[in-house]
Amino acid sequence: MVKKEMIAMLLAGGQGSRLGVLTSKVAKPAVAFGGKYRIIDFPLSNCINSGVDTVGVLTQYQPLRLNTHIGIGIPWDLDRNIGGVAVLPPYEKSSNSEWYTGTANAIYQNLEYMESFNPDYVLILSGDHIYKMDYEVMLDFHKANGAEVTIAVMPVPIEEASRFGIMITDENKRITDFEEKPEHPRSNLASMGIYIFNWKTLKESLIAMADQPALDFGKHVIPYCHEKNMPLYAYEFTGYWKDVGTLSSYWQANMELIDIVPEFNLYEEYWKIYTRSEIQPPQYLAEDSVVERSIIGEGSDIYGKVYNSVIGCGVTIGKDTIVRDSIIMNHSQIGDNCELNKVIMAEEVCVGSNVRLGVGQEAQNETAPHIYNSGIVTIGEKSVIPDGITVGKNAVIFGETTTADYTDSQLASGKTLIKAGEQH
Amino acid sequence: MRELSQKRAICAMPVAGSYRSIDFTLSNMSNSHIQKVAVLTQYNSRSLNEHLSSSKWWDFGRKQGGLFVLTPTVTADNSNWYRGTADAIYQNLTFLKNSHEPYVVIASGDGIYKMDFNKLLEYHIEKKADITVVCKDMPADANLERFGTVKMNDDCRIEEFEEKPIQAKSQTISCGIYVMRRRQLIEMIEKCAEEDRYDFVRDILIRYKDMKRIYGYRINEYWSNIASADDYFRTNMDFLKPEVRNYFFKQYPDIYSKVDDLPPAKYNVGSQVKNSLISSGCIVNGVVENSVIFKKSYIGNNCVIKNSIILNDVYIGDNTYIENCIVESRDTIRANSRYVGENGEIKIVVEKNERYTM
Repeated sequence: MVKKEMIAMLLAGGQGSRLGVLTSKVAKPAVAFGGKYRIIDFPLSNCINSGVDTVGVLTQYQPLRLNTHIGIGIPWDLDRNIGGVAVLPPYEKSSNSEWYTGTANAIYQNLEYMESFNPDYVLILSGDHIYKMDYEVMLDFHKANGAEVTIAVMPVPIEEASRFGIMITDENKRITDFEEKPEHPRSNLASMGIYIFNWKTLKESLIAMADQPALDFGKHVIPYCHEKNMPLYAYEFTGYWKDVGTLSSYWQANMELIDIVPEFNLYEEYWKIYTRSEIQPPQYLAEDSVVERSIIGEGSDIYGKVYNSVIGCGVTIGKDTIVRDSIIMNHSQIGDNCELNKVIMAEEVCVGSNVRLGVGQEAQNETAPHIYNSGIVTIGEKSVIPDGITVGKNAVIFGETTTADYTDSQLASGKTLIKAGEQH
Repeated sequence: MRELSQKRAICAMPVAGSYRSIDFTLSNMSNSHIQKVAVLTQYNSRSLNEHLSSSKWWDFGRKQGGLFVLTPTVTADNSNWYRGTADAIYQNLTFLKNSHEPYVVIASGDGIYKMDFNKLLEYHIEKKADITVVCKDMPADANLERFGTVKMNDDCRIEEFEEKPIQAKSQTISCGIYVMRRRQLIEMIEKCAEEDRYDFVRDILIRYKDMKRIYGYRINEYWSNIASADDYFRTNMDFLKPEVRNYFFKQYPDIYSKVDDLPPAKYNVGSQVKNSLISSGCIVNGVVENSVIFKKSYIGNNCVIKNSIILNDVYIGDNTYIENCIVESRDTIRANSRYVGENGEIKIVVEKNERYTM
């Protein structure tokens, strides 16, 4: 009989709406990160590096790129005869077919998948954090404490604690209470959304709670287990962990990679991060190029000047173009004599020549200031920006724009220009 | 090839920043939908075996066919190394006999080129040839001593074939790529072996050039061979030319290689890179001009690298000056060193120092 001690279930169905147009066409876990990676590469690599070789990836929102990226799991060595990676979308049932209505509901709908591996423990992960973590150490902690559920927690500054789900523990790290985004936090241990459940506990709790609408781990399952007086423990993690749920935190986390010795070091031999590499040639830096404090992915051609930036694979940056403090994702093409300041540019964007992005006075975004802020210019995937356009700060462009879409070839700070796809 | 091939078989030589020489031929075969490929190797093949450890990079992980690495083995009646190219095939004749494909492409692993072997095969069939040899017209000033030269008639039938000529009679050389019928190959190789002859060029091509219909197929696109240190250096430098880069890197189909899972290249303050290729996993702190830097190299502060090739995983300490050099892979160059190839000569640097950092 097939037997896996611990299998992982990776929640990758979320939209990540706070990333604005970056997630219009792709699920958040498939968003590019750090020059050549996608966000989901981090939990997937953690799994294989921790010896977890069976991973169910739950997808729902815009799964195309995610599915293509994962494939049969070759980059992560997750192409296995027994186990390996499986993509688990919602499916039609003879009665009561439904989408995944919540994190725990998604897991509930895949009880059979988990059952087939006869696991002792199930690791629940989310596909939207940047970190390196040995889940096996967490499992050892779980076993040593005889826990039924272990929640990974992270100490955060107490003044920020009110943004998180906070765990209150006793001296043995047993969870005595918890609060969701408390106004006056009683602890600084924030839940990282990483759980280890005893398989039986998970199965019984999910079945007991099955009728709860939008069944969620943080809101329903953990409180249920707590009420039943099960031993819940908090596993304290002190390494680098970054939620990249907002544009500014996404920008910040990328920028941290270009420090001389970054806190999150991709260059260590130990604990490699794996990804699907479609492009293999080396990058070319031309005669007049300048590149400083930046990282650049494979196959990119740099003719201009790049400072403090994260550049993906297969990108072209034209002659006399200056790129500062920006993130340019795979396959984007930028013409000659442009200026880019603090731009997040999604994949396959085409920018003409003499274009200036992120210039002028700061102004609040007109449509979604809670998403588009910090002076960042955000360009959605496959957008086209014609020659000679000037765009202000906190502006958003998405879609194939032409000169006619701009007034006097300008898009003022805080303006939103969305021509294609679903709006946000 | 001087010191460079002490370490590895030539077809495992790193080329163009992110590849190894054999990737070009293997990718051509894969892109031509050849599904069954055998690599015959014996000299220093650890590097090569490591590179070929999985067939999936070239899409050869198939149920039909696959990638086979055939090294000499001891059998009841034979304990010889491969005594020549024909002997290498002879010792693996069972592999050929057990195959069912009608044609065989024979190619050397040290050519840098793109080719659709289907076109070659069509030409071969159209000419009703017994053997078709891929040929290249070399520029008048090229040194042909290392190559076999051919002379073709108007119909492209090869009339003369000379191996490593002192005084070349023709500027057309053989690229070491052949196509022929499998049964024909088996027959000729068996005959060769009966007569204790071991070399494919000398004992088959040259010997049979009048008896068999041997045709030349001209390759007009880029083709280069890396079998000497100078050619190796020049071939790598060719990739700094936009037309060569565009041909190999941007035009379909792609060249595939083993994936190394290295992070993006990183440029710190003080890096100044001009007209150079940089591969993934590199960290650059100094000046790099007109050079090709292979994967995972570290270039320290105030270093100057000019007109050089730095192979994989080289650590270069601060304040080092390198010009006109090929730096061997996994070298560790101490800080404040200086290596210069003088008088147009390319210096090969092999430095095995202790490495403490990283």
